[in-house]
Amino acid sequence: MSDVTRMDRREFVKLLGGGIVVIVNLGPLTLFNSRAAEAFQRGYPEDINAYLHIAEDGKVTLFSGKIEMGQGAMTSLTQMAAEDLGVSLETIHIVMGDTDTCPWDMGTFGSLSTRMFGPAVRAAAAQARLVLTDLAAERLGVSRDLLAVDDGVVYVKGDRDRHVSYGELAEGQEITHTVDQKAVLRAVEEFAVMGSSPLRLDGHEKVTGAAKFAGDIRIPGMLYARILRPPAHGATLKRVDTSAAEAMTGVTVVNEDGLVAVLSADPETAERALELVKADFDVPTPEVDTESIFDHLVQAAPAPNTSEQAGDLEAARSECEQTFDVTYYNSYVAHAPIEPHTAVAQLEDGKLTVWSSTQGPFGQQRTIAREMGMSAEHVRVITPYVGGGFGGKVGGGQVVEAARLATVTGAPVQVAWTREEEFFYDTFRPAAVLKVASGIDADGKITLWDYQVYGAGSRGSDVFYDIPNRSVRVYGEWGRAPAGLHPFGVGAWRAPAANSNRFAAEQQIDIMASAIGMDPLEFRLINTTDDRMLGVLRTVAEAYGWEPAATPRKNGRGRGLACGIDAETYVALIADVTVDSETGAVKVDRVVCAQDMGVVVNPDGARMQMEGCIAMGLGYVFGEEVRFQGGKILDSNFDTYKLARFSWMPRIDTVFVSNDDLPPKGGGEPAIINMGAVVANAIFDATGARIHRLPMTPDRVLAEIRKT
Amino acid sequence: MNDAIRFTLNGKPVTLETDGDRSLLWALRTDLELTGTKYGCGAGLCGSCTVIVDGRAVRSCVTDLNDVQGAEVTTIEGLAPNGRLHPLQQAFYEQGAYQCGYCTPGMLMNAYGLLLEKPGASREEIVRGMESNLCRCSAYKRIVEAIETASERMGGGHE
Repeated sequence: MSDVTRMDRREFVKLLGGGIVVIVNLGPLTLFNSRAAEAFQRGYPEDINAYLHIAEDGKVTLFSGKIEMGQGAMTSLTQMAAEDLGVSLETIHIVMGDTDTCPWDMGTFGSLSTRMFGPAVRAAAAQARLVLTDLAAERLGVSRDLLAVDDGVVYVKGDRDRHVSYGELAEGQEITHTVDQKAVLRAVEEFAVMGSSPLRLDGHEKVTGAAKFAGDIRIPGMLYARILRPPAHGATLKRVDTSAAEAMTGVTVVNEDGLVAVLSADPETAERALELVKADFDVPTPEVDTESIFDHLVQAAPAPNTSEQAGDLEAARSECEQTFDVTYYNSYVAHAPIEPHTAVAQLEDGKLTVWSSTQGPFGQQRTIAREMGMSAEHVRVITPYVGGGFGGKVGGGQVVEAARLATVTGAPVQVAWTREEEFFYDTFRPAAVLKVASGIDADGKITLWDYQVYGAGSRGSDVFYDIPNRSVRVYGEWGRAPAGLHPFGVGAWRAPAANSNRFAAEQQIDIMASAIGMDPLEFRLINTTDDRMLGVLRTVAEAYGWEPAATPRKNGRGRGLACGIDAETYVALIADVTVDSETGAVKVDRVVCAQDMGVVVNPDGARMQMEGCIAMGLGYVFGEEVRFQGGKILDSNFDTYKLARFSWMPRIDTVFVSNDDLPPKGGGEPAIINMGAVVANAIFDATGARIHRLPMTPDRVLAEIRKT
Repeated sequence: MNDAIRFTLNGKPVTLETDGDRSLLWALRTDLELTGTKYGCGAGLCGSCTVIVDGRAVRSCVTDLNDVQGAEVTTIEGLAPNGRLHPLQQAFYEQGAYQCGYCTPGMLMNAYGLLLEKPGASREEIVRGMESNLCRCSAYKRIVEAIETASERMGGGHE
């Protein structure tokens, strides 16, 4: 399916201007576990996943199809390359997310950059060090094992005067090397760059305002586009009159195949022109809304996949000491990155260049090529800094809109969605219904787990407690929702499905512990034998200063515990809350988070992600909920859609479980998955009230308190 | 209907021959090509477009050019005029008080305005003063800590 002509190796090196190129091929299946990866692999000299270029001036460039959206991959990937190449961080320049110069990549999501792409980078760097050491051995006339590397200089051990630099070695060379991942990586004890927390490489640009995002690209003659939008999803355009906009000076109107746009040299003129466009839409009668969606999901969901099945549920139910049947609900949630979807497109000599705020430049290249009827080699997607993604920028129609308008007008065109458009075209985290039946025996051992999830998907539903009779049925995955299940687009939202699944599962665990008067930590400890889970539970309890107590204590202040696994990382959290029983308002006072994520590449970067997960999570815990009537989205800006704010912040403590025997695991998502349950469990301890629906708004909390 | 809008921008006089009803945000980002000031919501709700006008932090997306006639305007590009980072920028940089960086210029300018108004602000005053600025990556904890650091280094803000 690859429609790109494969480049000759020699051509490829010439393109980079001499020096040494080291290429890594781990095989798409190793890296991505996806046949799609193979099908869309780009036409580089080999099917490569990463490469390094060492120039004649000693400068090293690392090319990566990953993108930087705040998660710190720019720094952590460079650290990994610097470590195994044996150079300082400053020597390396990283190029990210450019489809013309970077190796194919599936996209930046799923906390994969460090745990999956990292090994490729390290292998390339380690192999490059071997190649350079070989060249140095030849140059210095000694055998390789007598040489050592320090900051890009190869020297004879015990005789530092005999040395040669990487740049000198690269001079006049045109070498390509393919890597099979067998080169020896530096051991944790040898780390000089990994395991440390240098200042982030994107930091200086970001604090000076110099950092360029897609909307900051300026091309002479560029037009700003505003596009006519329907009032609701599913609406169809009946009539449109653009004559008043056309009469404005400096305004170009495009009306082609359903795309009605006005363009001008400044965005405000385009905005005024759009206001003059008269349009009538047929809007379908709303069938579901914010409240009726849950019944609809259960009725309309596809047949379930059973991901866990063991024992005999019926027999277990009759033998249990106590059983608990509880249903949980989660609403639609927006990604709401502060940078809306943006693209700038320019058509020159038959080639489209598109600067895009995207988590998936190669996917967007393919989409643009398909929609424009062009071959992929004539489409280049460049990814500047991305102003937040959280799963919401994997796709995005703005690139095709910009490409079409640039092609029609012949001018460079910027399409930057407004906040209202961003709320309308977001692929929301799906609403979900979770039905859980569980049971315990007289000793507090869980003997039954019958779990059904509608709308969200499977991630985070795995059972890590030792339960002999269990079943997990998943009615529809977020990525494969049948038409009509959701009234608008849904998609991946930071740890997709896991936030809904852990909200239900970890409350259910707490309900059982409380029912038999057992401390919730002890209950978890006696019901799992997973060493990594026991490790994070004990670590978080120690960091917090946990004293055993049964819940609820009902004194207005409460303590909650929750744990889970995401992106192969184990995570446990404890939260303290204060609940105002008059208003239902909840303040989180403190959150302690323990994580076992294997080798920690950049401890401070990992902490930033943990803190961000916890703080961002408070948004969906207390405020975030996309309200709608059919395809009409009722929340269109930050006045009614409530994100977490400064005053919501608790004290946050983060702690790692040391596990250097395990390669690095994911860090961008795990700490957010338990935020619903850890707070709900703390509210229960404080009040005796169980909150089964997210977000836990003051009204909902108050209603449940009044029932107790 | 073009007006001559004259104001001081980052210490230098500028004149724009344009419609005075246009927003300061888009004039900065397009006519003046100062792209550090960001669009986030267009309604003064997120703070990513914050700039300083006559010593006060304002939302440039809801500020008309007419409103800055004769005023002194400082944007993120004017915070480190000699390339030397302002103590706020230095603290944000050192303490990782940003992630994606998109809201960061607005955070810095709002914090700058806050410390102009309340040198040596307490933690509570910082939280209150920053409350209307949104960071979706939610680096809030470090932003507060960085503002405290900068405030201390500024000796109570007299700079």
